[in-house]
Amino acid sequence: MEKIVCACGHENPLGTKICSNCGRPLTEEGKSQKVLDMKYDGSAIRSKTHNKSFVDKVWNFFSSVKVGVALIIILLVVASIGTIFPQEFFVAAGTEAGKALYYETNYGSLGTLYYNLGLSDLYSTWWFQVLVGMLGVSIIVASIDRGIPLHKSLTKQRVKRHESFMRRQRIIAEGAVTEGDPSKTLYSVEEKLKKMNYKVRHDGSALLAEKGRFSRYGPYINHVGLIIFLLGVMLHQLPGMHVDESMWIRDGETRAIPGMDGYFLESKKFILETHDNDPTTAQIQQGVAVIAKNYQTDVVLYKQSDDALPGETNNLEVVKEYSIRVNHPLEHDGYSLYQMDYRLNELKEMTFSLTNKETGTVLGNITIDLRNPKSEYVIDENTKVELMEYYPDYTGFNDEGKPQTATPNPNNPAFIFNMITPEKPKGEISFVAIQQTVEGSGASENTYKMAFTGVDTINMSGLTIRMDKTIPLLIVGGFIFLLGLAIGSYWNHRRVWIEQLADGQIRLAAHTNKNWFGIKKEIDALTEYAHLPQYVDQLVDEKEKEKKDE
Amino acid sequence: MSLIDISGNLLFVAFVAYLVATLLIGGSIKSAKPDGAAGRATKWGQLAIIVTIIGFLAHLGYFITRWIYSGQVPVSNMFEFTTAFGMFLIGAFIYMYFMYRVTALGLVALPIALIIIGWAAMFPREVTPLVPSLQSHWLTIHVITAAIGQSILAISAVAGLIYLLKVIDAKKKGKERFWLEAVLYFLVIIVGNIAASVAFNVVGYEDRYSYINKDEIELQIIYNHPPIFGMNESTAITEGAMEPLIEMPAFIHAQKLNIVVWSLLVGTILYVLIRLIARKRIIELLNPLVQKVNLQLFDEIGYRSVLIGFPIFSLGALVFAMIWAQEAWGRFWGWDPKEVWALITWLFYAAYLHLRLSKGWEGKKSAWLALIGFGIIIFNLVVVNLVIAGLHSYA
Repeated sequence: MEKIVCACGHENPLGTKICSNCGRPLTEEGKSQKVLDMKYDGSAIRSKTHNKSFVDKVWNFFSSVKVGVALIIILLVVASIGTIFPQEFFVAAGTEAGKALYYETNYGSLGTLYYNLGLSDLYSTWWFQVLVGMLGVSIIVASIDRGIPLHKSLTKQRVKRHESFMRRQRIIAEGAVTEGDPSKTLYSVEEKLKKMNYKVRHDGSALLAEKGRFSRYGPYINHVGLIIFLLGVMLHQLPGMHVDESMWIRDGETRAIPGMDGYFLESKKFILETHDNDPTTAQIQQGVAVIAKNYQTDVVLYKQSDDALPGETNNLEVVKEYSIRVNHPLEHDGYSLYQMDYRLNELKEMTFSLTNKETGTVLGNITIDLRNPKSEYVIDENTKVELMEYYPDYTGFNDEGKPQTATPNPNNPAFIFNMITPEKPKGEISFVAIQQTVEGSGASENTYKMAFTGVDTINMSGLTIRMDKTIPLLIVGGFIFLLGLAIGSYWNHRRVWIEQLADGQIRLAAHTNKNWFGIKKEIDALTEYAHLPQYVDQLVDEKEKEKKDE
Repeated sequence: MSLIDISGNLLFVAFVAYLVATLLIGGSIKSAKPDGAAGRATKWGQLAIIVTIIGFLAHLGYFITRWIYSGQVPVSNMFEFTTAFGMFLIGAFIYMYFMYRVTALGLVALPIALIIIGWAAMFPREVTPLVPSLQSHWLTIHVITAAIGQSILAISAVAGLIYLLKVIDAKKKGKERFWLEAVLYFLVIIVGNIAASVAFNVVGYEDRYSYINKDEIELQIIYNHPPIFGMNESTAITEGAMEPLIEMPAFIHAQKLNIVVWSLLVGTILYVLIRLIARKRIIELLNPLVQKVNLQLFDEIGYRSVLIGFPIFSLGALVFAMIWAQEAWGRFWGWDPKEVWALITWLFYAAYLHLRLSKGWEGKKSAWLALIGFGIIIFNLVVVNLVIAGLHSYA
């Protein structure tokens, strides 16, 4: 590969801006600058040296900070578009048509446009994920591109730097010692710098004091953390990495836990508590009568014994009893059960009396468990009620004139009974739904009817079951990210180069990657202690200087 | 006097102290003429800082007494959170002051905190009982850390505004002058919002209306500002209530729109009055106050506050938020609008840092970015909480 040979004889790779040996600027641009660009310490970065093959071009694209920032800005704008209207997962509509209707009725033609463009489910679109992926690639490539050369140039720093390097630093001092014996200057400089926790190295009459070099690695560390985090998010989507199920459970019921094989959950009771405060102004304004205080399900977690068959509920072993509350999930074996929803006063049982329509005589009552209806209810040897059909969530008749049910949940139960009585041993058919009794063909001739007498309700609790194997990876990634961020932000890399020239004059240059205010305070202290010539900040506006002098 | 009254009084003390401190800082800069009065200027400045610290302690007193009274960290409704944000902003200013010893920061930081606290006081001030999802120690940890991060980031906008006030020539026509004046006009609009609310509150304006919402349900609503815009099919319940000038369709919340329009109206009148009386743009009025500031230093303060604030913001607004979300709902991220806007804020400051480090965006460019960043933070506070519906919605 081509090399740039510096005046000092050192060979630098092509693209190097500052000689890694003596510090002379190697480019015309650098030579004309008043203050050197110390980014990556002038080392050659790959993207600036290779630009031939296709791989190089792709590499250079992703290594560009300009591209990285553009990706950040695009993501930011796109993400904000997703908050204009609620995303689909916040919309309580099951079907595509229902969702389309939701956006139309609530947000008019803009809503329809939003839905049709796919913006209503923006964060799961392929192009959004591609954008995030591209940002991830950009982070990896840019970090390698810059991190490695930077590491190399930081680890092989020479103490002595050429005057063209020193004079092009932002902070520079040249001149004679203001007081005392110049031969002791370097000694007292070193003493003071060591007190300020600098690491000092010598090379003849030159010294390099450095501290906080590790902070230069901060950005690379936090990028590693981000990549690990993004990796975790990607892994999350692989099958088997996570469980996300939900279940409804009634008070007193024991059910298998979906997604958590071999485990059963018994709900003892769902509890809803409300605050008994006087309504606040905000409550009145929003028409909120009471504020919820606690959602809780008292449960027992069971495990099947090891030799049990799937679904077998005998011989369940108690694992633990727990009260699941919001913010206090039940945790076991990597799984967590969260309190998510509830329904009060769900229909549990309905009671009917078999009644003679004319005389009003009641032959007996039957109670139907709406979750587990029996096929027949015997009142005495000549009297029984057969449950011929059961529609737990009756929604009317379909096109063929048959009753239909929307869900298996008893939200709106309807029944077809066959009433067998001493008078009608063959039975009479009756269709019964809430608020209506439609009797079968020729039903008006029925002698008996099933008169609704009562209903028993029960509370039920909605729980979600989650397990995510990627969480440890996310924690590691998040931790490394924060660590790197703190290292890069709260520490800075300060360097002071000092050389005593042959005539006893002092030349001092200083650089920090950030917080110039802080390094100047240190140089001030050093200058005073070792009686050094006053430094100048070459970037401070000339005008400012004039004003200061006034 | 009960604890909650003491708490309210302490907040009032803090407000007055910040007001006095603003005037003192103004005085310190005014008297800093090159006539050898520099010593006097420092004294005024030091006095201003002392008064600010007294105000901050009173503010902290408000926070703690309210916490003890209600038994819950006072950051759970709009009034509480915004007041706390104002407190952290002052705290961040004091911290930065002791780091760099520049009183001029207070010239912008204090009035902004005053506006924020004043605006907060327009919301219902009662203690709101916590819904189950908010009953977690993560409420304290997440909200306080995020708010501290935001307030330190806000200091970069304070430094940026001062930087731009000095560097942009108020006499030269151009985009920069226009937008900087627009920023200050926006601040006047918020003052207009407060002024309108206070004025109608003083005269005791309150009318009730019933209206039909988008689900065809009849609801009631209270107007505390005379209705320019009425809700869908609204009818007055209060006798002799004013008829709305314009009735809005159901998908627009006309009562909120009404408040916005009143703020714009009063704010614009205020702005026009300022322009008529001073015969100058506001930036031109403020320009003499910032003539003394060291641009290089303010650029660095702006950058430094992003450096300090960004990790804290990341920790509070993203990491702690994810931990809490995982604990409450079993998913660390749910694309809730507030979450998305926290991510947007984070991405924005990430872009700021990359532009500054690699593209050399310093000085003016950096200052503008800092102002935009603060705009995003305020958007997240105001629009996301009050307009966009979601888990964090207070509306």
